[in-house]
Amino acid sequence: MTAFLNKFSRFSFVLTLLFLGVFSTGLKASEKADDQGEKFNASQVILHHVMDDHIWHLWEGHNGTIYLPVIVYSSERGLDIFSSHHFYDEHHNTVEYNGYKLDHNHIYLADSHKAVLDLSITKNVAMLFINAALLLLVFSAVSRSYRKNEGRAPSGVQSFFEPVILFVRDEVVKPNIGPRYEKFLPYMLTLFFFILFGNLLGLLPGAGNLTGNIAVTFVLAILTFLITNFSANKAYWAHIFWTPGVPLPLRLIILPVEIVGIFTKPLSLMVRLFVAITAGHIVLLSLICLAFIFKSMAVGAGSTVMVLFISLIELLVAGIQAYVFTLFSSLYIGMAIADHDHDDHH
Amino acid sequence: MELLTPGTGLIIWQLIVFVLLVLLLSKLAWKPIINSLKERERSIQDALDTAEKARHEMSQLRSDNERLLKEAREERERILREAREVANRMKDEAQHDAKKTADKIIEDAKAAINIEKQAALKEVRIQVSMFALDIAEKLMKKNLSGDKAQKDLVEGYIKDLKIN
Repeated sequence: MTAFLNKFSRFSFVLTLLFLGVFSTGLKASEKADDQGEKFNASQVILHHVMDDHIWHLWEGHNGTIYLPVIVYSSERGLDIFSSHHFYDEHHNTVEYNGYKLDHNHIYLADSHKAVLDLSITKNVAMLFINAALLLLVFSAVSRSYRKNEGRAPSGVQSFFEPVILFVRDEVVKPNIGPRYEKFLPYMLTLFFFILFGNLLGLLPGAGNLTGNIAVTFVLAILTFLITNFSANKAYWAHIFWTPGVPLPLRLIILPVEIVGIFTKPLSLMVRLFVAITAGHIVLLSLICLAFIFKSMAVGAGSTVMVLFISLIELLVAGIQAYVFTLFSSLYIGMAIADHDHDDHH
Repeated sequence: MELLTPGTGLIIWQLIVFVLLVLLLSKLAWKPIINSLKERERSIQDALDTAEKARHEMSQLRSDNERLLKEAREERERILREAREVANRMKDEAQHDAKKTADKIIEDAKAAINIEKQAALKEVRIQVSMFALDIAEKLMKKNLSGDKAQKDLVEGYIKDLKIN
């Protein structure tokens, strides 16, 4: 028992070092500020981690920061591409460059303080590229194995992903969309694996919070919204605008509710994914920050155990959120293209 | 709050990358994967159907075989039975014929013997008669050679007549 406890405490000590070392990127700056008499601001640190940035801060030191390219467009200045390195001096303070200034991750024209169209390859855009590249790499490999193993049993990475693909097809898309599911299957599979891979990549130390960014979930939700409403049939619109089988005064009440409903569906998709992933990251970072707030090794060890536990939950959440987003997207599309027979239902 | 406001740049990038990803992945990955899966499911289903059909045919074949075997066995039984009957009948007939022939032979033999016996008896009777006549002639010639003997004989006849 004591041996086990000994082993466990050593194990958690190692984990503490590992997690604190890895997750504390960017905390050092705050610590420095602390040395100068400023208070350690946990919420600032956490927000810095879950939000987008023009630089990718991996670890402390000269080579630990990747300065990502800035791409800006304004009607006054046209298109400009330069490294975000120019926004920082040697003490990591923001400076103006070439008539642009960086303020809280937004780029403005220095003279008129007008916001420019910022198409920079930010941390999340870089994550997006990595995610997309990974998806292409993995699934073209899977596809190749299918061609290679034609008429034979699946092998390797193919047999790992085949059950997942089958799960998405048979448990998520097919039962919710109905017989015409095949048209939507490529979108649904891409959606599922994009979110799943994004969630899992986001859990890696130092990685960007891609699927926990509201812009990303916004685009995914908008796409589902567009697909739903453009593939919707007459029965769906009839149901919204003139709900059959309901008394006339009620129809007038139902109409605005249904119209709001069109928009709350994608809104819920957007918010759910964003909140689930961002909240998970905030919880993890808060637990890590405890060690810096209390400046105690014991609290660090305790919070490490908690972080480990929450990380496992986050792995679960990564899968669940990918599943839920795909499930609800399928459900909305299925509702829009279903052949209603109202006389039977009401 | 900045966390809740989607950044324009990321929206544009996400839109471009995700749409491209959907197009690329459906062409590179999903279509071939789904087609292969469907193809495999179809071939598995086909194999199962074929196996089921083969099993069915097999059982039909077996029942056919059994039926044929049964028929063959019955046929054999019937042929054997018939053969036995024919043999029996032939044997009976042969026996019957033989008996008849034998009887006839015996009958004929008996008839022949009878005729021979009658002929022989007749011959014997004739011979005996001839012998008796000869003897009687000789006796008479001897006994009736005197008058006394003739007279005794006549008296003997008269005596007999008297008694009757």
